[in-house]
Amino acid sequence: MPERIFQTLYPEYDVLEKFHTPSWNAQTREVVSRRLHEVPGRRFFDELQWKTLQAVADRVIPQPERSDPVPIVPWIDARLSKGRGDGTRYASLPPQAECWRRGTDAIEAEAQQRYSRSFHVLDPVEQDLLLRALDDEETESPDWHGLPSRSFFRHVLLRAVVEVYYAHPAAWSEIGFGGPASPRGYVRLAANRRDPWEGDEATSQPVKVARRR
Amino acid sequence: MSSRSDPQRGPRAIGGRAPDVFIPGGWVPMRQFDDADEVDFVIIGTGAGGATLAAKLAEAGFRVVGLDAGPFWRPLEDFASDEEEQNKLYWLQDRISGGQHPIEFGANNSGCSVGGSTVHFQMVVLRWRPEWFASRSKLGYGRDWPISWQEMWRYYDEVEDALKVSGPVRYPWGPSRGRYPYREHEVNAAGLVLAKGAEALGVEWCATPLATLSAPRGRAHPCVYRGFCKIGCSTNAKQSALTTWIPRALAAGAEIRDLATVAKIELGHTGVVGGVVYHRNGAWRRQRARHVVVAGYAIETPRLLLHSACPQHPQGLANSSGLVGKCLMAHSNHAVWGVMEEEIRWYKGPPSMAVCEHWNYEDQGKDFSGGYAFMSQGPLPVDHAKSLVSNTGMFGIELRQRMALYNHMAGLKIVGEVEPREVNRVELADEVDELGVPLPKTTFSFSDNDKRLYKHSKRFMRRMLEAAGARDFTETASTAHLMGTCRMGERPTDSVTNADGRTWDIPNLWICDGSLFPTSGGVNPSLTIQALAARTADRIATMAGRGEL
Repeated sequence: MPERIFQTLYPEYDVLEKFHTPSWNAQTREVVSRRLHEVPGRRFFDELQWKTLQAVADRVIPQPERSDPVPIVPWIDARLSKGRGDGTRYASLPPQAECWRRGTDAIEAEAQQRYSRSFHVLDPVEQDLLLRALDDEETESPDWHGLPSRSFFRHVLLRAVVEVYYAHPAAWSEIGFGGPASPRGYVRLAANRRDPWEGDEATSQPVKVARRR
Repeated sequence: MSSRSDPQRGPRAIGGRAPDVFIPGGWVPMRQFDDADEVDFVIIGTGAGGATLAAKLAEAGFRVVGLDAGPFWRPLEDFASDEEEQNKLYWLQDRISGGQHPIEFGANNSGCSVGGSTVHFQMVVLRWRPEWFASRSKLGYGRDWPISWQEMWRYYDEVEDALKVSGPVRYPWGPSRGRYPYREHEVNAAGLVLAKGAEALGVEWCATPLATLSAPRGRAHPCVYRGFCKIGCSTNAKQSALTTWIPRALAAGAEIRDLATVAKIELGHTGVVGGVVYHRNGAWRRQRARHVVVAGYAIETPRLLLHSACPQHPQGLANSSGLVGKCLMAHSNHAVWGVMEEEIRWYKGPPSMAVCEHWNYEDQGKDFSGGYAFMSQGPLPVDHAKSLVSNTGMFGIELRQRMALYNHMAGLKIVGEVEPREVNRVELADEVDELGVPLPKTTFSFSDNDKRLYKHSKRFMRRMLEAAGARDFTETASTAHLMGTCRMGERPTDSVTNADGRTWDIPNLWICDGSLFPTSGGVNPSLTIQALAARTADRIATMAGRGEL
């Protein structure tokens, strides 16, 4: 099945064009430059876990229109290898590092159970069905060992993926977000008004509303 | 950046000076005390409670040391416009979160900085409805506070002036309060969606009273509406504890120690506490003090009191009532989101520029006890995406396409009152952190009344958004803020402290933060925490004058 194509309302807008303007202070330039140019390698996950998660990230944030997709798994790996938490350990889930390893291994086991193949070689429809089953807590593999699949999927996996993706300038551009804004902020706050340093919405395209299934 | 020191690696407030938050690389002189000096007050935590108290006690002539586990930022040089980078503002150590509705910590409600959570708060400073201070007697639910509303409202005046709050000339709800110190901000498009809906439904609304400057103040510029308030203000328009009370405290002779994590409160001679054990710069140290104030917010405060158990106080300090850690409260923080035809671009300006307190002040037509305020919203992309996926499980092109409507989104979100219930609590886990202190373990579930409240709010907010022209709704559930766990009261048997935050069990051990709240109210707590702290400081000065300390 061909992938639906992502449509942006801001085809002409690139937030990085503001990099050298008063909207970006030195601190912001430094951290965003690192994000763009110093993508870390694999340290925390093993090779199969890395492939599984790459495939998961491709389904959570499909980027078929990009030849150079925004990297996601390297940053999750980096966070885990540094041991940086987010302040919350749900009582139903194990500690962060163990949770990621067990959850990722269980996704692979689930693929083997259902299709006798690895998750990362399933076709996208199969992958989506499997991920939906996690969210519906309808897993079949015994390898979950009591790990609640929905909680892992929503509160750990999905959150981590969007946390990386929507921290990337390419994502800021595609949603028309003004991006970094310090010291220069904004002047025009009213509806349908924008400052000259904000992206222009393509007026030819109507606002498309994605419907929940 | 090589030219900047990293305030997370080593303490900045050393060698007789502390960072000047208003100048990149700047310093102000700081009085320092020796660990062996018996200072008058050691205050654990420098957020809304601790910083306010430190400033006012130092100004009253007391010798004060404030300890904070977090770094001492200079926002102008340390803060980026970047959600990922600014995770450095939060308390990221694990808290084990259980119950039917486990609370999310970290970025959601817990700071780790000199200035505490006010460094990342959204600057919404609302007063409590007067009746809430006697909600049991006047409204028939919850508990009464041991302080009258008239007294609290006098301290609201003081704190609003200290923060130069920007707000409307006439506030639509509650007793007349005069005009706010600074003029209200221009309401952004996201706020005007609330306004349009309110007018359609016939309820009042107004520009939110905000602790961010609408005009210059000293060396701080007015707000430039950059919209990153929730991850730290890089221009110092935000009137956080870091930019208000902390400079006042330093100028008055208080010492602030950054990256100083207290592990234990120790007993001195019979019956009273003698000081604290803390970790700073790789070493364990002890600060002696005549009085110890715990101001670590509603998780760390009970955690420290429970962990400081000793043979004389086997249940933990100040815990003869068994109430330390009990009645943990958050606010319900449910929201309705819709898509507008117009471009809203809610990233511009503070996130909540318009407020409706109708259901805090109207008691008719409710199937629940308590109240809620709701406000317009402006989440940054990561924040919005995380809330969307964790509430809906949405993924794939559908998710990207939904996020692509970012500039057309509008939302309304409540700060909803939650009942104080002993089943909701903080305890110590078996597992310990790197300093050997047990991790906190929380249990939180909404009560039936809490659920009726947020369901009512979602129906109302959806009607309001519809009336304003929104369509294609999604709803999210969450919590905000932390309160309770060391409530104050009239009697030692059913409270941890008296109205002054002085613990019933140990006369020189005090609490000064949101832990003291007997009930949660339906508004953001920071103004009330600061008002309580300002009152406690005045009470301490008065008692000292009478020789009653």
